[in-house]
Amino acid sequence: MSVVSQIRPPLRKPRTKGRPAHTAAMLVAPFAVFFVAMYLAPLGFAIYRSLFVLKRDGLGLSAPTMVFDPFTNYLKAFSDPVFIESLGRVLLFGVVQVPVMLGLATALALLIDSRSARAKGFFRLTSFLPYAVPGVIAALMWSFLYSGSSSPINALLEPLGVVIPFLSEDMVLWSVANIVTWGWTGYNMIIIYSALQSIPGEILEAAKIDGASAWKIAWNIKIPMVRPALILTTVFSIIGTAQLYNEPKVLQSVSGGSIDSAFTPIMAAQAATAAQNYPYAAATSVILAVLVGILSITFFKITNRGSDS
Amino acid sequence: MSTQAEVLAVATNDANAADGPTKASGSGRNFGKQKMSKALNNRETSLASRLVVTIVLGCFAIYFLVPIWWLFVAASKPMGEQFSAPGFWFNGMHLGNNVAELLTSRDGIFMRWILNSVLYAGIGAIVGTLLASMAGYALAKYSFRGREVVFGVVLAAVLIPKILFTLPLYLMFSEVGLINNPLAVILPSIVSPFGVYLSRVFAAQSVPDEVIEAARIDGVSEVGIFFRIGMRMMTPALVTIFLFNFVEIWNNYLLPAMVINDSSLQPVTVGLVSWFASNGKVPMSLVVIGALVSVIPLLLLFLFLQRFWKAGLTAGAIK
Repeated sequence: MSVVSQIRPPLRKPRTKGRPAHTAAMLVAPFAVFFVAMYLAPLGFAIYRSLFVLKRDGLGLSAPTMVFDPFTNYLKAFSDPVFIESLGRVLLFGVVQVPVMLGLATALALLIDSRSARAKGFFRLTSFLPYAVPGVIAALMWSFLYSGSSSPINALLEPLGVVIPFLSEDMVLWSVANIVTWGWTGYNMIIIYSALQSIPGEILEAAKIDGASAWKIAWNIKIPMVRPALILTTVFSIIGTAQLYNEPKVLQSVSGGSIDSAFTPIMAAQAATAAQNYPYAAATSVILAVLVGILSITFFKITNRGSDS
Repeated sequence: MSTQAEVLAVATNDANAADGPTKASGSGRNFGKQKMSKALNNRETSLASRLVVTIVLGCFAIYFLVPIWWLFVAASKPMGEQFSAPGFWFNGMHLGNNVAELLTSRDGIFMRWILNSVLYAGIGAIVGTLLASMAGYALAKYSFRGREVVFGVVLAAVLIPKILFTLPLYLMFSEVGLINNPLAVILPSIVSPFGVYLSRVFAAQSVPDEVIEAARIDGVSEVGIFFRIGMRMMTPALVTIFLFNFVEIWNNYLLPAMVINDSSLQPVTVGLVSWFASNGKVPMSLVVIGALVSVIPLLLLFLFLQRFWKAGLTAGAIK
């Protein structure tokens, strides 16, 4: 880790020489105020709401009252098969989609970085283009390409006697995965590519003079040296997977039922909100935040242990 | 937390070494490497390997371009025939008429959505950039108590998925009666922890302490130094942060979908999806044309401002 801490830009001790310290406070304050209001307050409010349950009287005539009951919502979430199933689905999604996407991104970055590549600028730009397309619009586009009756992809495959049921129960999760992969591969590629660019040329030259093949150099030198970028993109991809919402939500209306309203945890929480079940929605949000936190930190711990040894 | 900060910082520095914000063209290779690779390129790569690499890269490019190509082709077909065969080839060029019809149908609500998106993303990104640059500059150039804590909290916020704040925000806004108010979209979007992080890095790099010191001797007030000197020197960074904020707000869906029910206040993402999910009340042809039109502003922005987002993206990158 020592190299890493050297690379990290030091928080310099600027020469303020007893200048009014309130200048710094004045500059930070506007951001701080909105940060507290728009990040900390809602989070605190969600935790607070998740600790209460709505109690209705027998006839349902008077307004329901909030009763402090810190565990009920959490127990309900963990014993809710629909919520658990959505967690499992997203976990499966992440375990498959994240390695595939980052594998593609790494391969693409290595190819564009390689000496055999021509028109590098063109390929960089085309792979990054999907990033400029909003997630829901990308999902709209792909849904048109997927839709059974009019799918132009299946029209192309028809002469071969192949029809891909993109929106069937078994396929739909991977059709969603394809949309996400399409949207984010180029973005991850750019991060990995820029790390590749910063590998000192002398190291690569030395390996070449020693007779290492291009494959060997890529596998034994380039990939280990872009490790921080790979860790970064992995963590962002884990976070992105936990957010899975836009793509399945858009596909839902054309999926013919293979995507239900609790397909992903965020969709489940959103459905609970739409049903006015705020405490339960709050509890699921908190659970999800904690799970993502644990996952990211665990990943960091594991990858760091590797680098220390 | 410190580990996360380091990873982020490493990625940033790697990136800055290659595509730093000060080096606007950002073509990559450092100087020595560039000379070497130019000389060696053609000698050291065989025709076969160049061919294979180009074919593989071509396949990637087709994958990335096909949906956009389809959208363009479909939107150019005669109105109502968007899904006719051949799927990936033209059937006349009717794009102009189709766009005109899109803009006039349903009382021109589509144009309204685009304007809303521009307004939300524009205001949110400008204010967000200003707040982030002030905070980042202060974190880089002043030492004060709790500075490390503030920076740590900002970094932690970068690493928490923003969508997880959406439901809590909705609960809070419905409590204080901000539902169906544009502020419910704009206020959360002016807070950009990633922007603070970026501008701290950029301020440390591009505003020398000597310049600040000289301005002090000349009697410029501390706040004046930031607005008249600091901001000017940080301009490329500010453009980057603005772009990132703009894209993030433009692409946002869940938050505006939850807090804005009034169709005339919705941004284009929410509006289009509501058309799409209207069970045929709105013809799908309009959705196809609308999807194409809604993509164009961001594509243009990206193409024209390439040199800025490249620097910013590689400087840490966030979803």
